[in-house]
Amino acid sequence: MKKMLREGDVRIPAGCAIAALVNLRGLPFAGTRIADCIAVMRERSNGLGGGFAAYGIYPEMKDYYAVHVFFDGIPEKREFEYQLRRHFRVVSTGPIPTRRNDEIHNPPIIWRYFVSPENSLLAEEPVRRQEFMVSFITGVNAASNGAYIVSFGKNMGVFKGVGFPEDIADFFRLDEYRGYLWTAHGRFPTNTPGWWGGAHPFALLETTVIHNGEISSYDANRRFIEMYGYRCSLQTDTEVIAYIFDFLCRRLGMSQEEAALIVAPPLWDELAMMEEETANRITRIRAVFSSLLLNGPFSIVLATPDGIMALNDRLKLRPMVAAENEDFVAVASEEAAIRKILTGINRIWSPRGGEPVWGKVDLTHPEREPLYAGEGGSDDAEAAKSKI
Amino acid sequence: MLKLQKAKFEIGRDFDRCVGCGVCVNQCANEVHFRDPYDESVCADDIKCVGCQRCVHLCPTGALRVVSFASRTREHGLWTSTVINEIHLQSDSGGILLSGMGHSRPDTVYWDRILLNASQVTNPSIDPLREPMELKTFLGRKPPLNRKNSLDAPEKYPQLELEIPVMFAAMSFGSVSLNVHKSLARAAMSQKTYWNTGEGGLHPEVRAYRDRAIVQVASGRFGVSPEYLEEGACIEIKIGQGAKPGIGGHLPGEKVTGEVARTRKIPPGSDAISPAPHHDIYSIEDLSQLIYSLKEATAYRKPVAVKIAAVHNVAAICSGMARAGADILVIDGYRGGSGATPLRIRNDVGIPVEFALAAVDRRLREEGIRNEVSLVVSGGIRNSADVAKAIALGADAVYIGTAALVALGCHMCQNCYTGKCNWGIATVNPRLARRLNPDIGTLRAENLLRAWKHELAEFLGGMGMNAIESLRGNRLMLRGLGLTERELEILGIKAVGE
Repeated sequence: MKKMLREGDVRIPAGCAIAALVNLRGLPFAGTRIADCIAVMRERSNGLGGGFAAYGIYPEMKDYYAVHVFFDGIPEKREFEYQLRRHFRVVSTGPIPTRRNDEIHNPPIIWRYFVSPENSLLAEEPVRRQEFMVSFITGVNAASNGAYIVSFGKNMGVFKGVGFPEDIADFFRLDEYRGYLWTAHGRFPTNTPGWWGGAHPFALLETTVIHNGEISSYDANRRFIEMYGYRCSLQTDTEVIAYIFDFLCRRLGMSQEEAALIVAPPLWDELAMMEEETANRITRIRAVFSSLLLNGPFSIVLATPDGIMALNDRLKLRPMVAAENEDFVAVASEEAAIRKILTGINRIWSPRGGEPVWGKVDLTHPEREPLYAGEGGSDDAEAAKSKI
Repeated sequence: MLKLQKAKFEIGRDFDRCVGCGVCVNQCANEVHFRDPYDESVCADDIKCVGCQRCVHLCPTGALRVVSFASRTREHGLWTSTVINEIHLQSDSGGILLSGMGHSRPDTVYWDRILLNASQVTNPSIDPLREPMELKTFLGRKPPLNRKNSLDAPEKYPQLELEIPVMFAAMSFGSVSLNVHKSLARAAMSQKTYWNTGEGGLHPEVRAYRDRAIVQVASGRFGVSPEYLEEGACIEIKIGQGAKPGIGGHLPGEKVTGEVARTRKIPPGSDAISPAPHHDIYSIEDLSQLIYSLKEATAYRKPVAVKIAAVHNVAAICSGMARAGADILVIDGYRGGSGATPLRIRNDVGIPVEFALAAVDRRLREEGIRNEVSLVVSGGIRNSADVAKAIALGADAVYIGTAALVALGCHMCQNCYTGKCNWGIATVNPRLARRLNPDIGTLRAENLLRAWKHELAEFLGGMGMNAIESLRGNRLMLRGLGLTERELEILGIKAVGE
């Protein structure tokens, strides 16, 4: 029988569960909490993919890029390390600690590096450096030479694999990490050869995307974004969404608000009821960026070091609930998952289609600094707050 | 000399039904039907019949049938009756074979070999009766996407705004009647799309619809003046058309009646000859100069389109046009129609628009400039499925010419060049032209657009989309049936089952 095609060689539709929890003061809390949250939605995934993105987990190494990588074997690892050392100074290296879990099978070699840019090219202005790093990451991943960069960013990392998300959390010992922003994803792919790189979240530099949906406009979006130097090697919606936000926000310097207007613009009928100047501006943006409209069902959470943006498609064809209390903003596919992990909820609501939900971290909060530097050490934010 | 040409049709008259009213005699501009000078009975001369079916439709007692001429030459796979007839015609006359409308051979219609997708389970289809379906399309140049974005200077990027991505193709007054212009112009106005004047100027009676008019500048420059350029919403430079790539046009003097002459700004009765090339465009830089001359003349307030016939290296040419300053690229495939074209050129020059479109869209994307220009295709777009497939292959919008004329009553007799159109379409003879009532013509053209709008919404909703831009260039929504691997590769689509 012919070998099943790997993700990227073929497009695999998938359904999903998503969850995100962010502490608005930037206070860290253990990964157990997000794992408990996503576990509630177990029937939304089928054990063929789960993953987490965590921000603020490497405070003692926050000046270095944390690189999480999957390898098929030792030769691939050696080749990758040769490439890495050509451009970066490797400060620290080692396997990502894991724990035996009976539900998790055939993991790849999972390695972590902390690096700093070394090359003269990389020492140049930040724009050029980011450009180079993006092309380094996408280059390694598109080549599919048995090395796959899972995440590449400062003070953050992605942990993912084939399995239910709560088992993945256990496998990666996420209970031992503390971050101020976590996102989680449980996947229900229609078919998959079980490739660990195919799980989500998808990361590009410090931006990660989790997504539940199937975008009908995928090929229109892909063919547009590929004009600007991106290669959609995984053929997943999540990947193309990450590239779209990277293109709009990092390359074109737009705000996430503007990017949200582009991927989920108001309907023309709604524009007709708006103030003329606003309507004209949105019309112009849509006319130029029409190929970036994401059409079809989706709920996405876009995470960056300074917070999350959650967004539904214009017709709200996929579920997404948001909630907030004094310290947290939480987003999940189902309300039950939020109620499991958040108490003292001030507001819980189902955001309208195309209406972004923000969870911006106050990076200047006075309580934040000591904990962030790794000096404090409490399990969750509430406890930390009462201590201070 | 004995004429060897044979009749193509024969008239069947049921004398039990015929009451001898003479409607057929009055209606037939080709003088097929006539009254016998001796007994006043109604007779027919089959050889003059073009098969337009006008008499059949209008006969009050249903006494007439126009059917293919049954008497044929002996069967031969190569030397068919058509081939033999053409040789006889040429040896009778010594002339170029003329024809109207587009490519007539039953070659593969690639639209029919491409199938559209629909949503099942993993994403929902959207019901167009419940949810809004957005067909709005903008044509015109878009700013390049770099850091210093030009979004704040919209005046530099004039756009055409279409509520349905279907426009009426260029057909000049003279080649078609004024009532055709009135019908299409009013329909374009009410349905919020555009109509095209063709190379024949803008008649005063259709000036009221100038906000929705694309004014054409072709090699003969007929009707062109500063006012004319100023009046259109967009200016289209016509380099070529699919029905006759590489050759010019010729409106014979007898069609250049008073009205036509005034609109074209030439003396009545003179032949209106459009040269094969523009004699001020012998190169791409010359085209660029004309584009910018027209932009200067209209203060950069209107998009400029350039229309070419789909020929072999269409991708490189279109890329050059985009770089020369064209805001909208129009590609007319080899099935595109015409009022008059040499039959050999019509059937044997140019390529199908499906391939031209796929190649151009790909090339513009490879060069990273696809988003900066708009792409319009034409040449054999027959229905809303063709429109949907064209958009999925990469077009922004389509032009329809033949389909619009068929909506107005054209029966595809392909004799437009004779000026004897019994349906009042391809004629300036007032007696014939008034057979097309512009109010009814408007309604019919509007109905066609409305019907296609509904069907496009159904296609989109079925594919799980509610905006036409999500289909544009979305080739994953297409699969090829019965195409070779090479054809699939050029079209950039997968085979059915893949």
